[in-house]
Amino acid sequence: MKKSSLIGWQFILLPSALIMLFSFYPMIQSFILSFESGKGNVSEFVGLGNYTRLLSDPIFRQALFNTILYLIIQVPIMLFLGLIIAHLLNAPKLKFKGFYRTAIFLPCVTSLVSYSILFKSIFAVDGIFNKLLLNMHIINEPIAWLMDPVWARVVIILAITWRWTGYNMIFYLSAMQNIDPSIYEAASIDGASKLRQFFSITIPMVKPIILFTAIISTNGTLQLFDEVVNITNGGPGNSTMTISQYIYNLSFVYTPNFGYAATVSYAIVIIVAILAFLQMKVGGDKK
Amino acid sequence: MRALGTFFKHAFLIAASVISLFPFVWMLIGMTNTSSDIVKGKFSIGSEFTNNISKLFDAAPVGSAFMNSVYISVIGTVLTLLLCSIAGYGFEIYRTKGTDRLFSVLLLSMMMPFAAIMIPLFKLFSGWGLLNSALAVILPTMTTAFMIFFFLQNTKSFPRELLQAGRVDGLNELKLFTRVYMPTMKPTYAAAAIITFMANWNNFLWPLIALRTQEQKTLPLVVSSLASSYNPDYGIIMVAIVITTIPTVLIFFLLQKQFVQGMLGSVK
Repeated sequence: MKKSSLIGWQFILLPSALIMLFSFYPMIQSFILSFESGKGNVSEFVGLGNYTRLLSDPIFRQALFNTILYLIIQVPIMLFLGLIIAHLLNAPKLKFKGFYRTAIFLPCVTSLVSYSILFKSIFAVDGIFNKLLLNMHIINEPIAWLMDPVWARVVIILAITWRWTGYNMIFYLSAMQNIDPSIYEAASIDGASKLRQFFSITIPMVKPIILFTAIISTNGTLQLFDEVVNITNGGPGNSTMTISQYIYNLSFVYTPNFGYAATVSYAIVIIVAILAFLQMKVGGDKK
Repeated sequence: MRALGTFFKHAFLIAASVISLFPFVWMLIGMTNTSSDIVKGKFSIGSEFTNNISKLFDAAPVGSAFMNSVYISVIGTVLTLLLCSIAGYGFEIYRTKGTDRLFSVLLLSMMMPFAAIMIPLFKLFSGWGLLNSALAVILPTMTTAFMIFFFLQNTKSFPRELLQAGRVDGLNELKLFTRVYMPTMKPTYAAAAIITFMANWNNFLWPLIALRTQEQKTLPLVVSSLASSYNPDYGIIMVAIVITTIPTVLIFFLLQKQFVQGMLGSVK
């Protein structure tokens, strides 16, 4: 018994040590750094100085606002779209099912950088999307998508939705395929409409998966970086900047201030911790 | 009524498919056009394809970036599979209260935002003099709690009788892992390999910080820097994007089943 547990530790020791070194150690270092300020590697202890600066930092507020905006608008739209598509694809006799599934999933294999730049070119002022809208007489003059604070955010939300809807759809589809068809048959006999069946059977049955995808997407959106950097680079002004990009800029674009950047990064840590706590509460009640 | 419903279903799914596929068509057409035609929304095949290719190879070290991406992604994937499968196996097969506790601590790392660890990580690697090397990209990304969790979950369905049989045959504990577990778990390894390779191939933020010179850059870094110049040439960017996308699309079509399995593997 003793011997076998010792062997077990030999298997897990090195990988665990690596995670400690490359995740936990930096996390603690970052916390210590958040009480220091200065340029580059020269820094001094400033106590809570960075934290008071954070509270009155307009760029931080903007980045926080943007990040939360992407979160509360984009994630629900995407998850709902994914659910609808999965539901449609789950119909047993649907034709061209394989084609639809593959086509809608395909965006997931593109790199975040590549698809971001594709979107940037599609949404150019004289670009193909404006041309399409003009031809369809939806707009009378081209929209400067990426030069306008509101439209630029819309483009970023559209882009992320394009990239990740299929990804979530696959999770839902596999969960829906595990639902016993006889439940639907019984519901039909009882006279429940298709719409009623979707909300009263399908949604409750895949709820755990919805929660799972919601956690994954929330985590991803809070760390949003690649898209914003490559589509708008945070602009116009700082109107599309996310917290991750602000941290990157503070460390590697502006005159580096690692201490303050670390403080900003702990803002995400706190948000993640709060959300995790809330999700645990929600998940815990179910059990 | 029924036919109408089917019609709307297909109309919706066709629209979703067209939107999903459009950017792929857009980049293929874009490869053959000039930059100014692309930003003017020209949607027909042009004659600039060969020109764009030669301009791209003059403008950026695409060849070496491709090789860097292959090197980092392949070595990184092999190391990830080894380290995380060993740990997943250990945590499940030799499970004790102590290992369970350690594992739940490791899971916390999944919630740590990368932005919160990247500065100390940068300082760590700069202190070791390892910045600007493939090692700097591979080391921090090769062991993840997520992948350990993935192997742990899949090990639950591994038939343990095989281990007993192996012990009777006189195999030691390490050989049980390499000779019995690894061959049996091939499908799990395949699925893990695909999603890890994709993540490595597409990784952007950490390579952006860790790799500072042109010669060391990976494909996403080259594509990004081409596009962020003051006057980007979209013709050559489209070629670079296609080069970046071909390997992942190929893997997807060749190994679609394992790919989806890999994605879903952790929620079983």
